[in-house]
Order: sequence, then C-alpha cells, then structure tokens
Amino acid sequence: MTQQFELRCPSRPENVGLCRVAVATFTANLGFTLAEIEEIKVAVSEAVSNVVVHAYPGGEGLIELRCEETDDGVAIAVRDEGVGIADVARARQASYSTDPERMGLGFTFMESFSDEFAVETSPGRGTRIDMVKRREAPAEGA
Amino acid sequence: MLEEAGKAVHIAIKRQGSQATARLSGEFDLKAAPAVREQLDGLIDAGLQSIVVDLRGVPFLDSSGLGVLLGRYRRLSERGGTIYLLAAAEGSVRTVLEMSGVRQVMPLLTSESEVPRG
Repeated sequence: MTQQFELRCPSRPENVGLCRVAVATFTANLGFTLAEIEEIKVAVSEAVSNVVVHAYPGGEGLIELRCEETDDGVAIAVRDEGVGIADVARARQASYSTDPERMGLGFTFMESFSDEFAVETSPGRGTRIDMVKRREAPAEGA
Repeated sequence: MLEEAGKAVHIAIKRQGSQATARLSGEFDLKAAPAVREQLDGLIDAGLQSIVVDLRGVPFLDSSGLGVLLGRYRRLSERGGTIYLLAAAEGSVRTVLEMSGVRQVMPLLTSESEVPRG
C-alpha cells in the first residue's frame, strides 16, 4: 500500500491551515525539500481557500483533501460538492476574481507550484482540483 | 510545523507622524485576512498617509493575504498615500510577492532603511 491520507472537514477559514499543515507534514515524510514543501503549501492553500470562499455561497460544505505518494512525488486532490465554477477558462486567468478583495491569483499559484494541474467542475455538483508535484531531489535512501 | 496551524496572526503597530509601521507575525492566509484588513483599514481611516507593512515575521503568505494588501493599497492611494512592503530577500513569501507582480504597484523593500520617512 502506498503512503496516503484523506482529510474531510467543513469549509471554514481555519481549515485552510489545517489542510496546509497536513500536506506539509505528509510531503516532508516523502523526502520533499523545504523549498518544494513551501510551494506545495501555497498550492494547497489556494485550492482549499477557493472552496471556502466560492464553493458554498452563504454557507459551508465539505472539503475533501486526498494525498497519495507516487513513484516520484505526490498526487494531491482537493474536492468539494459546491456550486462549481461557471467559467473555468476565465477563472484560470491571472487577475480575474469574482471577489474584489482577492487578486485572482489562486489558479496561477496552483499551476505554477505544481508539475501537473487539472480542474474538473460541474455546475451545481462541485469541483475537483488535481495537482501532482514531483521531487527534484531523490528521497533519502532511494 | 504542526504548531503553525493554530498560530494566529499578530499585528504590532507603531506610529510616527503620518507614517505607521504594521509588523505582522504568523501565517497570513484566509483565516488571518479579516484581522489584518481591519487593522490596516483603521490606520487608513485615521488619516495615515504612509503605511509600512512588515512581512518579515510572516512565514506564509498566499493570495488571500495578497488581496488584503492590494485592497488596502487601493484605498490608501485614492487618498494620496501609499503602502510599502517589507519582506525578507529570500523565501516563499518573497517568491509569492514577486510572482504576483505586486511590486509593480507597491514598493517591495527588504530593509527599514529603504523606507522614505514621512
């Protein structure tokens, strides 16, 4: 069995940090460098913040975070059961945001700090973000 | 690393004339954003023209924190003022700031000695 974990929590601001630290601890154990872990933390923070801010307007719902070790890194999925993203292409543009207090850089950071990135969304049924991060340095003992 | 999860952001404010320095410590993310927004808005509403936001004690910054900084910059610049960002020369906070392009609108400095005195 590969190393993996799943975390399910309500879409509350305090759980952004919870998800971030869980993934940081997980990837540290997989031999990622501190610089790589910092990038992963930003990417996860953006994905989870998007769920908290956008997925459940006026309420809260599920955040599901899954991490699994791969041959050369980690696969991370952040899923919600919220309203979905109406226009993914537009949402992925830097500086686009439906919220004037946000910079619209969430997707930019997710894409920049991961080696593979995909969004699957369905209006009214939710969104799933998949990110893969590969280790630059070989794991200790490998 | 686990200790960081519950570390609330702390803001220490020092005023000198029309300038204020807001020294932040703790992770600046979605959870911290409302408290930082409220403190900085308070300084803007009090009529301060120059605000130095010192991020050197912030180990983590994402686009939620950036949004607060940009929003406060917009408010202050409409009143003829400005915000200076202070951040360590290296590390993930500097990387996020550089990638965001925020330095195109706000001065991004590494040392207090670079801040013009108001």
